[in-house]
Amino acid sequence: MEDPSPSKVVLLACGSFNPITNMHLRMFELARDHLEDTGQYRVIKGIISPVGDAYKKKGLIESCHRVEMVRLATESSGWITVDSWESQQSEWLETVKVVRHHYEEIIAAEHNKDDVDTVKHAKKRRIEEKRFESSDQNKKRDVPHLMLLCGADVLESFETPNLWKKEDIAEIVGRYGLVCITRSGGDPHKFINQLDELWKYRTNIHVVHEWVTNDISATHVRRALRRGRSVRYLLPDSVISYIQEHGLYSAESEQKNADVILAPFQRYSEASTS
Amino acid sequence: MASRRVPLVLLACGSFNPITNQHMRLFELARDHMQSTGQYKVVGGIVSPVSDGYGKQGLVSAKHRISMAKLALQSSNWVTVDEWESQQPDWMETVVTMRYHYGQILEEYKQSTGKHNDSSSPAPQLKLLCGADFLHTFKIPGLWLEDHLEELVKHFGLVCVSRGSLQPERAVHESDTLFRHRQNIFLVREWVRNETSATEVRRALRRGLSVKYLIPDPVIEYIHQNNLYTEDSEKRNEGTALRPLIKQAHRPIKSLDD
Repeated sequence: MEDPSPSKVVLLACGSFNPITNMHLRMFELARDHLEDTGQYRVIKGIISPVGDAYKKKGLIESCHRVEMVRLATESSGWITVDSWESQQSEWLETVKVVRHHYEEIIAAEHNKDDVDTVKHAKKRRIEEKRFESSDQNKKRDVPHLMLLCGADVLESFETPNLWKKEDIAEIVGRYGLVCITRSGGDPHKFINQLDELWKYRTNIHVVHEWVTNDISATHVRRALRRGRSVRYLLPDSVISYIQEHGLYSAESEQKNADVILAPFQRYSEASTS
Repeated sequence: MASRRVPLVLLACGSFNPITNQHMRLFELARDHMQSTGQYKVVGGIVSPVSDGYGKQGLVSAKHRISMAKLALQSSNWVTVDEWESQQPDWMETVVTMRYHYGQILEEYKQSTGKHNDSSSPAPQLKLLCGADFLHTFKIPGLWLEDHLEELVKHFGLVCVSRGSLQPERAVHESDTLFRHRQNIFLVREWVRNETSATEVRRALRRGLSVKYLIPDPVIEYIHQNNLYTEDSEKRNEGTALRPLIKQAHRPIKSLDD
């Protein structure tokens, strides 16, 4: 019996990318290698979606810069691109909404390939009916899966009170899928075991072990820049030049939003008090 | 009167098999550190790949290692690759390589001060740049000669960048030679845990996995064009003793109990 051909996958990474670093880029490479190694998947695209300014994270600089830096950083990649849709929204958007948006884009792109018009609506109905069935996003093999790509820190943030809604986590993991890059010392499997929403859809969670620790955090990069230290070889040269040209990341920029509450906390505490 | 900074050149010796972003980071970190002491002005960096005679397992030809280092450092305006060590017929002790480069640096300095009649500018120095793992090799029997170690730390000096959990402070503490010259050993803390090693890069390449963002793009291209780093290339020198261990077998070696 012939093996089914690999399913197409699009990887989506959401985050501040403040600024983008080689570590972010490595995540995509590691995820692709891992998924393709299983023989079941073929990764066709990577999307980096910087969060909007309304997220109000401390030290978050303007999204126009963050988007441009990602664009520069991905220029040399044949498959990873930047997407500014999320950053252009006036309000902070929950990750699940960003995932849905990108999935709709993928479907629309596939529909444009379809010859027969009548098939479109039938497919759409089938998709809605099949909500949350594990790895059953599409009946048709050739519509790409969309998976959220993240580090172990994001996975663990699912537990932080008021940061994520349980039903959002369930939808992201149940309907779409998660690729989680982890390093030695971390134990994502234990974490998956502890959170029911994750445990239920564990077959949709792909844990990728990063054997070579690459801890280049954007926080560290910003700190080095503030202190006039070199960040060469931690992020692409083109991004470093951009930062220098525009005088980004100073002690002042780090104080942005210092007194402001992070958007998700703001929204969920309002909801709980209303 | 303001003190004049000592012009400093940093020399890194190693296999560079292949050169990685982490190697190049060493130079950046070291330069920042030495300049922040207020005593030095880093004027140059040299990458000196070891010769094929070293006999380390998996070492690809010096010709390739030099080419890759050159590609990687194309965009650097202060670090260069030097082929002298790799061109020597036999493996060269690190201290001999340092003496050679210091001779070159001194020559240049004499010529430039002669021209400008500037006798007040301090004489340049050359220090060995390395990672913490390098410091720990001083303990390996037969790898380093006692008098070479002494010359290395006393006359030249070391700039050592911490690596993962390796603590260079401990290596200094545990060696009387290093301890005696600790003022000439500069320890640079790398807060970003970056364990990218050439060994891991070679492993990934053998397995057809991506090494993008770990080593520069032009180096990746070069590796693919020349089909370097395969299971076969990793078996090179398998079972052979490292050249230093053979060459220095008859000379007084660093004793185990210091």
